[in-house]
Amino acid sequence: MRKKSSVGKRDNNKNGYLFLAPYYLLFFIFIFIPVVMAIGLSFTNFNSIEFPSFTGFLNYLNLITKDEIFMQHVLPNTVTYALIVGPGGYILSFLLAWALAQLPKRIRTIFALILYSPTMTGGVAMTVLWKIMFSGDQTGYINSWLMSLGVINEPIIWLVNTKYLLPIVIIIGLWSSIGGIGFLAILAGILNSDETLYEAAAIDGVKNRFQEMIYITIPSMKPQMLFAAVMSIVGAFQAGLISTQLTTNPTPGYAAQLIVNHIEDYGFIRYEMGYAAAVSVVLLGIIYIFSGISKKLFSED
Amino acid sequence: MAYKGHNINPQKFNKSQIKIIIAIMPLILFMGLPIVFIINHAFKPMEELFAYPPKFFVSKPTLDNFDKLFKASRMAGIPMSRYVFNSILVITVVVVASLVLSTMAGFALSKLRFKGKNLFININQAALMFVAVAVMIPRYLTINFLGITNTYLAHILPWLATPVALFLIKQFIDQVPDSLIEAAYIDGAGDFKVYRKIIIPLIKPAIATAAILIFQQVWVDLSTSNYYVNDEGLKTLAFYMNTLANANTNVAGQGMAAAASLIMFIPNLIMFILLQNSIMNTMAHSGLK
Repeated sequence: MRKKSSVGKRDNNKNGYLFLAPYYLLFFIFIFIPVVMAIGLSFTNFNSIEFPSFTGFLNYLNLITKDEIFMQHVLPNTVTYALIVGPGGYILSFLLAWALAQLPKRIRTIFALILYSPTMTGGVAMTVLWKIMFSGDQTGYINSWLMSLGVINEPIIWLVNTKYLLPIVIIIGLWSSIGGIGFLAILAGILNSDETLYEAAAIDGVKNRFQEMIYITIPSMKPQMLFAAVMSIVGAFQAGLISTQLTTNPTPGYAAQLIVNHIEDYGFIRYEMGYAAAVSVVLLGIIYIFSGISKKLFSED
Repeated sequence: MAYKGHNINPQKFNKSQIKIIIAIMPLILFMGLPIVFIINHAFKPMEELFAYPPKFFVSKPTLDNFDKLFKASRMAGIPMSRYVFNSILVITVVVVASLVLSTMAGFALSKLRFKGKNLFININQAALMFVAVAVMIPRYLTINFLGITNTYLAHILPWLATPVALFLIKQFIDQVPDSLIEAAYIDGAGDFKVYRKIIIPLIKPAIATAAILIFQQVWVDLSTSNYYVNDEGLKTLAFYMNTLANANTNVAGQGMAAAASLIMFIPNLIMFILLQNSIMNTMAHSGLK
């Protein structure tokens, strides 16, 4: 019999596995195994030298009951940061994409390029520049501007003052995540939406741009909205490394200590890897929950 | 006057668009000013870096900062060309290899029929949520176990499976009509030939997009140099630029830091401008269900 492997004709094409093998092998080693190991290590006491010893739920228990820094600083900071940079940044990037879609191509391209540029700088390399902007003496740009506007009389030591540290990290987080890949997905989604829908809606009594956005644009591109939401959640949590780059780990007074910094602190500074793994699992759990909520919001049915 | 609808993707400029531009201008400025600042700061001569009150824009641009940057690397034991070489080598291998891997997997997941296909699709979609920093410790242990610490492989291998790249490529291949592929099979082509001769040429926009996404991640990444490679001579340009910028936080060093950031930014910018049409084309199919 002639061997015929066709899209529609052969039901169990073994070549499929051959095509998948290289990608999924590396996926398995560098994504799947580390996640499983994180879960496994989270139930142990592990200092990276001796073999891990099983401790059951002790790490999680300590995290909830004994880790004051986690409960008083890290968790509230992370929630505040994630709520503003996640949904806040997401809404901003949707509104921007929606506004840009209503402009002619040339202006739109220039604006999109500007909005996307923070993604191209790489948050970490930029931190030095943020340090210059927020420099604590009168030669700092922000201080100098605020003083010349008369908002403040004395320079503020931005990056040491525990009152300002988290807001600064949030602003930088927003800056580096608004115009990311999610924004491009939304913009492309709006630009590709079916024009006849809009014409029909105008006949059906949609009165202005906002009604159009709520009743047509968003429902017609839920899949892109969901993709962008997942990207912005992941981006929000990943950008958390900014705080320690701006200051030190731990951040002054733990004022801007986020969950990723807590992991780094325990894992690579104190070498309490079992404990750090438990914190990682909590982080992955938080991301999973946020993504689950997004899926509920944007599911097709 | 009745509302006419039909505002998306206008062909011409009209007055109602001015309102929109004014409304988004503050955000555009907020997003764009730091970039304008780096560009200006990188070309400031010493006296302008020291100026009080500080000036945002450069008035007498010079290349001094770039000059100092290259001199600083000559003083260190390892020449900058070494870091440039490392970065170019790593990024070329990562981009090419991960594109081969993701297009192959994307083709299979989109067009071939085999058992467990949906499971593989779902695993990869779940991994879109994957945050590499959350598992930096187990990853470090894995790399240690594989014995590739302090080699180029430690820079390369962790990046090769990029869930977002596979996802976007697979979504794009879904748009390739089955009839095209079936015609090729009838002409006697095998799976591999279909992949190479039909799929690859048709999904160039998705390949370009995945390439730029991977490039952006790897080009500025510090984690592999920080955690998996101790040998100075094997570290990447991003790492070197970052160390240099962080080590020189005095005013004189700021100009160098800005120059370093600009050097890291330009390759990304050029790639994005060249590939922007492909990117928008691919992103239109990025929907997640």
